[in-house]
Amino acid sequence: MTAKPLRVLIAKPGLDGHDRGAKVIVRALRDAGFEVIYTGIRQTPEMIAAAALQEGVAAVGLSLLSGAHMTLFPEVVKRLRKSGLKDVLVFGGGIIPDEDAPKLKKAGVDRVFGPGTPLQAIVDYLREKLRVAA
Amino acid sequence: MPRKTDTSDLIRRVRRGEHAAAARALSLVVDEDESAEALARDFFKSAGCAQKIGVCGPPGAGKSTLIGRLIGRYRERELKVGVLAVDPSSSVSGGAFLGDRLRIMEHATDPGVFIRSLASRGMIGGLTHTIFGAIHVLEALGCGKILIETVGTGQDEVDVASVADTVLYVTTPSLGDEIQAMKAGAMEIGDIFVVNKADLSGKDKAVADLKGALGLGHAAGQAPRAWEPPVIAAAALAGEGVEPLAEHLDAHWKHLQESGEGRERLKRQHATELRFWIQRRVVKDALGRITQKSLEELLSRRTDPASLGRRLLRR
Repeated sequence: MTAKPLRVLIAKPGLDGHDRGAKVIVRALRDAGFEVIYTGIRQTPEMIAAAALQEGVAAVGLSLLSGAHMTLFPEVVKRLRKSGLKDVLVFGGGIIPDEDAPKLKKAGVDRVFGPGTPLQAIVDYLREKLRVAA
Repeated sequence: MPRKTDTSDLIRRVRRGEHAAAARALSLVVDEDESAEALARDFFKSAGCAQKIGVCGPPGAGKSTLIGRLIGRYRERELKVGVLAVDPSSSVSGGAFLGDRLRIMEHATDPGVFIRSLASRGMIGGLTHTIFGAIHVLEALGCGKILIETVGTGQDEVDVASVADTVLYVTTPSLGDEIQAMKAGAMEIGDIFVVNKADLSGKDKAVADLKGALGLGHAAGQAPRAWEPPVIAAAALAGEGVEPLAEHLDAHWKHLQESGEGRERLKRQHATELRFWIQRRVVKDALGRITQKSLEELLSRRTDPASLGRRLLRR
């Protein structure tokens, strides 16, 4: 039997409305065989956690370009863990200074992808992380 | 994530109304995990307790938005609502973009609403193989209304009629004249018709065209039916027409229960569920027996697909 498709939620927390990046990721993951759910813009951490729970995803990708990532990304992680999603992988992208990545990692955001990251790198990363977990 | 599943605990938690448990059960069911059958045996006991509303119609007609508004109505009445939104899987990559949820995010954190996006995973007809199993999870969770949004393909969504109790067909003023409305297919199975985006021009003509096409049966001498499908104009984004729609949906549910038609439909649904199960089982087993050697036999013309197929099915 073929492997079941991996499910990923792409979400945009906070107030910025720039979601072209998120949409490009959605498209790339779809074309790589993932089942991708997109929340749309302006989501609260609570909404993202509820969507991740109901959709049964293996990973949540957060996109943010407004600079509020140090507040919102950890908050999403906290909400996810609080709803019992202990194993869901959280990764991020957008305009995120390099020096913030280690702090985010500590807060549970496994990896941050900056502008210009080849899409294949993100696909490979998810495949590796999620297949190992499965 | 093949953690070993404690099915009886999972069943208990779903029946207590825990969303996390329902999410896990849904994953097991749609991934056709080996524990899914044990779950299904229990959840099937709740089959038929909720009104299953199939929402179909062409892409962009506003099905998701309308569902969002209906949820709002049902929540005012404190009904627990489940949504299963099906979007197409790519035949190329097997991947899918499940975009219906985005329009229903207004209810994301409401504990009385459970939404799950499903990929069609190779099935045509606007649905997915495991749709019945998914429905039973939501029934066991205690949902009183279950909204099933099909892949928006429009004309040929006949399968939804063998899954849902009430079929809601959503269209818009700009999507064709009465000739479109006379075609066979989805138009034949609608129990309630909605002309959405009624703020656009052409609403009255669209409603008249639909009513006209639905009324042609009378003109052709057919006996009046116990339920005549109403045609409702709505503007889902603005929330207009949602109240009358909810009332018609309730009326249809009542009609199903009082007329015995509901029992007939449930029987048809179970027949379809059984057919799906047998098809999946037989097809999967037979396909699993195809070997390189059998393909070589085809290449060398020692056998033909029909004879080989019979052999594989028999074993």
